[in-house]
Amino acid sequence: MSCWETIADYALRSQGIGERLLPRTDFTLCQQFTLIGSGMIWNIYFGIVALCSGFFLATAVAMGKAARNPWVRKPAEWFIFVFRGSPLFIQFFFAYFVFLSLKDVSSFFDPLTSAWAGALVVLFLNTAAYSGEIFYGALQSIPKGDTEAADAYGLSGWSRFRRVIWPTMLRLAWPAYTNEAIFLFHATTLVFFSGFPATQQRGDALYYANYFADKTFNPFIPYPILAGYFIVLTLVVIGIFGLVNNRLNRHLPQDARRKIKVRPQIIR
Amino acid sequence: MFSFCTDPAALEGFQWFSCYLTTGKHMSMYWAVGTVLLLLSITAPTALAFGFAGASAARSNVAPLRWIGKTYIAVVRGIPDIAFFLFFVIALDQAFEYIRHRIKCPDWDEPVRQGNDFIVCTAAKLPLGNAPQWVHETYGFLLAVLTFAIVFGAFAANVLFGAMRAVPKGQLETAEAYGMSRRQTFWRVLVPQMWVYALPGLSNLWMVLIKATPLLFLLGVEDIVYWARELGGAKQPQFTDYPHPDWRMWYFAALLVFYLCFTKVSEVVLDKIMAKLTHGQATAAGEAQRKAAA
Repeated sequence: MSCWETIADYALRSQGIGERLLPRTDFTLCQQFTLIGSGMIWNIYFGIVALCSGFFLATAVAMGKAARNPWVRKPAEWFIFVFRGSPLFIQFFFAYFVFLSLKDVSSFFDPLTSAWAGALVVLFLNTAAYSGEIFYGALQSIPKGDTEAADAYGLSGWSRFRRVIWPTMLRLAWPAYTNEAIFLFHATTLVFFSGFPATQQRGDALYYANYFADKTFNPFIPYPILAGYFIVLTLVVIGIFGLVNNRLNRHLPQDARRKIKVRPQIIR
Repeated sequence: MFSFCTDPAALEGFQWFSCYLTTGKHMSMYWAVGTVLLLLSITAPTALAFGFAGASAARSNVAPLRWIGKTYIAVVRGIPDIAFFLFFVIALDQAFEYIRHRIKCPDWDEPVRQGNDFIVCTAAKLPLGNAPQWVHETYGFLLAVLTFAIVFGAFAANVLFGAMRAVPKGQLETAEAYGMSRRQTFWRVLVPQMWVYALPGLSNLWMVLIKATPLLFLLGVEDIVYWARELGGAKQPQFTDYPHPDWRMWYFAALLVFYLCFTKVSEVVLDKIMAKLTHGQATAAGEAQRKAAA
């Protein structure tokens, strides 16, 4: 079987399209590259959807934590504490079993027991908590002069937030938020190892890498392939976030712009 | 456990729970908490040692050593750590067996990798096939500890490398002016001073390490995640004295609370240590402390 045929058979295997049976013997490099790459679809899906939706909740949580009213502040503080203080791995397990018991209550909750929706909810809440804390820190360090200038211009309420506070917050938080985005993509590899079933062996990149390592008893091929895919993904994320960073800082002189520095990843 | 536990079927409410929660299997689960603590207490110093070695190597004068150190630090960036965990457990096991194989069976002429099998001679097996169960468990646990230490050592190396560079240049130049050798400067001036700069990063790392302990489950150790899944599952009356429906949700809720308490306590303690260390230091935090007192 040529490599092209393998790609045709397995490129969309993680979505259930193409050849049903996974390879069982005589594993080729091509098969490993194709299947692990196919699994990356899940990682990218979870990462992008959770990031985009989590961004809005994170802004709300950050504003909530900075609020003076304790009825708003306390829930936001607890939300951040619970999701940042416990391991994501346990959160996945807990959420999965909660969703399982919700399933008995109403069929409305059925999708939540499968990974595409259930794990997404957990990742969404988790990234909202982590980025909420980052945004909160940025809110605290907005230069006093900026808000005073906004007051002097007669801005208040929504327009003050929209035109002054929010852009400044994003600008200050962006380097840390880039790291958070990278960690989130890495965290997506936990999904299929924590309760959520990979129905018909449709799993993510690590699921397939683990499959090959188990079958061939040789970890030195699948895991480096996986690592290669993730390094490329990380570089793409850094590139895209760098573009946004440039746009956020476009009014600053060239040399005063803050460069994004990538720090080593952190497990949750 | 208690005297009234002889007939579980007749028990109600609180008494039923006090018996249920003290069965032998639950005791194993409480022991598993001990496993987590043991892992933390072994891994933390080992990872710190790995980190120190890595950071010192990364700023070495000898080029190959520097490359090794820098690669060690850099290689964990950009790759999901869980992939490292899954990788190292098999890779280390095979590496150990391969080394023993070369030493113990020098006249073995077949290749070690045959198709999908990894074959070493019987004497090189780790642990030996006839070893008791506890040896197998301990070996698995030690592999897990080593894996954790390697991964977290790289994180720690990164933190310490940054901290070594944060020590003011003037301090090192003064040491040189006093005629200290490179080695003396390193051990007598740089190392004692770097800890203040390293502590925020290290305490962050400690929190991350706590939150990584449930991954032991993936490495095949019978830890609290394993027991929560085992004990929480629905139990039928014919197989157990304490039948109950699927309680895994509550078991994991308990684990969640356990980890929340653990991180909270660590946070408080680390804040105290940081406050102690910054006392009297010429840093922004130390200055703020001095002003607050005045």
